[in-house]
Amino acid sequence: MKPRPFDYVRPDTVGEALALLAEYGDDARILAGGQSLIPMLNLRLIEASVLIDISRIAELDGIRDLGNEIEIGAAVTQNMLMAWPELAQKLPLLAAALPFVGHFQTRNKGTVCGSIAHADPSSELPLALAVLEGQVVLRSQKGGERVVAAAAFQRDMLTTARAGDELIVAVRFPASEGRGTAFSEVARRHGDFAIIAVAAVADRRGATQLGVGGIAGRPLVRRIFNDPAGAVAAWADELEGYEDLHATAAMRRDLFKNLAPDVIAEALRCAA
Amino acid sequence: MRRVNKSEKARIALTLNGRKLAAEAEPRMLLSDFLRHALGATGTHVGCEHGVCGCCTVLIDGVAARSCLTLAVQAEGRDVKTVESLAAADGKLNALQQAFRNNHALQCGFCTPGILMSFTDFLARKAHPTEAEIREVLSGHLCRCTGYAGIVAAIKEVAEKER
Repeated sequence: MKPRPFDYVRPDTVGEALALLAEYGDDARILAGGQSLIPMLNLRLIEASVLIDISRIAELDGIRDLGNEIEIGAAVTQNMLMAWPELAQKLPLLAAALPFVGHFQTRNKGTVCGSIAHADPSSELPLALAVLEGQVVLRSQKGGERVVAAAAFQRDMLTTARAGDELIVAVRFPASEGRGTAFSEVARRHGDFAIIAVAAVADRRGATQLGVGGIAGRPLVRRIFNDPAGAVAAWADELEGYEDLHATAAMRRDLFKNLAPDVIAEALRCAA
Repeated sequence: MRRVNKSEKARIALTLNGRKLAAEAEPRMLLSDFLRHALGATGTHVGCEHGVCGCCTVLIDGVAARSCLTLAVQAEGRDVKTVESLAAADGKLNALQQAFRNNHALQCGFCTPGILMSFTDFLARKAHPTEAEIREVLSGHLCRCTGYAGIVAAIKEVAEKER
């Protein structure tokens, strides 16, 4: 299908983009890679009166190593991050998760920040940001810059803390050097949205930060100290889960119980 | 700052297969439709129009992307390459196309233009991929005739030939 008509604006600077957002607010949508936004426009699931294309803003197009964290600008594509030479060392969880994000062809355009802004409950990058306890950097003309923790950013399915006049300028992933990480997911076909996605970050003392996507409206994170299988089973039984075409809620809980102990074990192995 | 209002048509100039071309488009016009209907380059096929089937994959500044998930206006000033760029002017197939022919890697051919463009990008980055890597990239395309075995064989033939 074809999208409904909209105005198109392509600012050259972040300042211009913020001025446009101040003017249009929720009537505008930010277009970066367009790999989630344009399908929804084509299928007419959403409407926008203005698209603000930020993909050519040079100041948003960088990966910056800030020491303890890695800052990824809003125009950085998923494949650009995958090709970053220090990825496996600084952000091994992302090195493991990125191959599951869409396909080679969509990762060429789809951005890291765009996936986090879109906030699909089963997508990999919001889960990785939540487990690593990363941050989202938001800027507006009126309020300047604010930094929101991942746990406070994604509120529910496709719903975030971003205000209508704010632009996500970057996300920050804490570097996980020295910690063990692992990622796995179950999907019907490679590149499909995950039915269940699991990520873990383990430290050398044997504590694991465990995250799960695809079971609630947003990624859930819990700290696990010992007896991973028992802790996961108890947690899974607390979760309601949801039902769709691909899986029942009971199947989601079951997949989580079966997948998570292996992911935790791998993270602990990498940490040792 | 570039601005095109919904009621307007803008003149969009880009390079298509080495030629500088321009035509008019509304902001909502998809690059796939712009190539086919405005520029007359019908080699690029349109399947699902939401980024799943991969038929419409083209190169934008050398990088494989869905033309149905790209607005024509986003491609303004870019270097776009489609399946029409692959064969020589006299019609001689390039190595990848010839390998598809050798290995019966197409039947109806509807999905083929997109697959050829994806692997034009991928093989330029990685000349000797493993079969698993080939299948990973191929997962971004749907083919309903060949069962994929012939496509994998064709790409392996090209990758091994250049070894």
